[in-house]
Amino acid sequence: MTQRVLELMRALGARIVNAWIWRLGFACRFLWLILRESGPSFRRFPLTIREVYFSGVLSLVIILVSGLFVGMVLGLQGYDTLARYGSSEALGVLVSLSLVRELGPVVAGLLFASRAGSAITAEIGLMKATEQLSAMEMMAVDPIARVVAPRFWGGVLSMPLLAALFSAMGVFGGYLVGVRLIGVDEGSFWSQMQAAVDFREDIVNGVIKSFVFGVAVSWIAVFEGYDAPPTAEGVSGATTRTVVTSSLAILALDFVLTALMFRGL
Amino acid sequence: MATSNLVEVQNVTFSYDQRQVLKDINLAIPKGKVVAIMGLSGCGKTTLLRLIGGALLPDQGEIRVAGEVINKLDDEGLFALRRRIGMLFQFGALFTDMSSFDNVAFQMREHTQLPEALIRDLTLMKLQAVGLRGAADLMPSELSGGMARRVALARSIALDPMLMLYDEPFTGLDPISLGVIGQLIRRLNDSLGATSIVVTHDVAEALELVDYVYYMSAGKVEFQGTPQEVRAATLSSLRQFVYGEPDGPVPFHYPAPDYRQDLLAQ
Repeated sequence: MTQRVLELMRALGARIVNAWIWRLGFACRFLWLILRESGPSFRRFPLTIREVYFSGVLSLVIILVSGLFVGMVLGLQGYDTLARYGSSEALGVLVSLSLVRELGPVVAGLLFASRAGSAITAEIGLMKATEQLSAMEMMAVDPIARVVAPRFWGGVLSMPLLAALFSAMGVFGGYLVGVRLIGVDEGSFWSQMQAAVDFREDIVNGVIKSFVFGVAVSWIAVFEGYDAPPTAEGVSGATTRTVVTSSLAILALDFVLTALMFRGL
Repeated sequence: MATSNLVEVQNVTFSYDQRQVLKDINLAIPKGKVVAIMGLSGCGKTTLLRLIGGALLPDQGEIRVAGEVINKLDDEGLFALRRRIGMLFQFGALFTDMSSFDNVAFQMREHTQLPEALIRDLTLMKLQAVGLRGAADLMPSELSGGMARRVALARSIALDPMLMLYDEPFTGLDPISLGVIGQLIRRLNDSLGATSIVVTHDVAEALELVDYVYYMSAGKVEFQGTPQEVRAATLSSLRQFVYGEPDGPVPFHYPAPDYRQDLLAQ
């Protein structure tokens, strides 16, 4: 009996070590390689700008539209709740703080992971499957410096900008619904928002969050792509893993960051 | 005569995990020649090519390219050597996000400080050499299989390599493209003063083209000689390979239990 339990525990441990810790180690070494080979991404900045275009600019539509709708929903729901306590002028504060502190970075991060992260993984995975990365190596060009690092930095640069645009659109959506549709006083909507949102406490912390999410999503996306088995199933599996892992990472990191930033833990 | 060999492979053994793929391989590639490494699919010839290019490391033995032991070089030395090696991959491996022109110009832009105007001229010359100057602005997805292979060939000779490695250059081509690629391999080798190693199982095309043949089977060099010697060879597995006989020393059937017993088992 104890023998069986021991065997079971041993198998479980082996699975965790082989499937998770082993890969985590590889991923960390990979991140180190990216950082070491990042010179060309900045010396030849057009390489990185190109990736900002692919992962940032092309994500704009989904980010802006989602931001607008999230803001409009916040306006509706927030008004409903605030009106019960007779403080509907605080709608601007509610909308902007929710967006800048939480929803902006988190929802933009989730959208970024599924729109841009999956694309990065699929592209790198397919380049590997069609031997483009081997060909590059045979031409004495390091694929990590030429292909991976620019995509990583492109994602890291795009993510805070996208989150900021998401929040801005959201505030605008809240304004449309709250002020224009429901009729909250325009002056108190904006002035209360201006008084309550602190630059250091709220905006900077939100930007830090979105930067951390950008690093996490880009790292996961390039690693999964580079590590994908060079087959059709391999690439599709890696793409799925990018979205799932990034989403979980964003939500978990958000909890940790919120606890550190806003609760003074 | 050791100095006139550009590539020397000595006592090389290689395994993937537990499976031994190459067993004590020895071969020498003389400067200026086009040499074929032939054999059945899975006999280890592509692995051998990757070892020569330094993409894999042998378990034992030594691979010398231009006098340097490639499996003992550090990353920097390996990359310096690879700038003088061109490799054509089985399906071309063109960068799908760049036009034909940018594919061919890629190495010049990465490795040289040449002005863009000069790179343009050199790139067009390379494309002209493979007959595809007119396709410079096409993307790889717009090229046929044969054209893609030729653009990839132009890309691999971009820096005028001393050594060309071809991995199955004839696979999946129509007869005309196949003839064109074959001719180009020979012509580019002779006009660049390069040395070429062609890994292939296309016997007819290869024997027309090359100066010398190594025939591999199950991870060993079984036979070597000129194309005439290969055609006249009496080694039975080589004869079967050259003349494409379905059954012989290489059996038609994958090893299986007795047919009669297998059918009557249930």
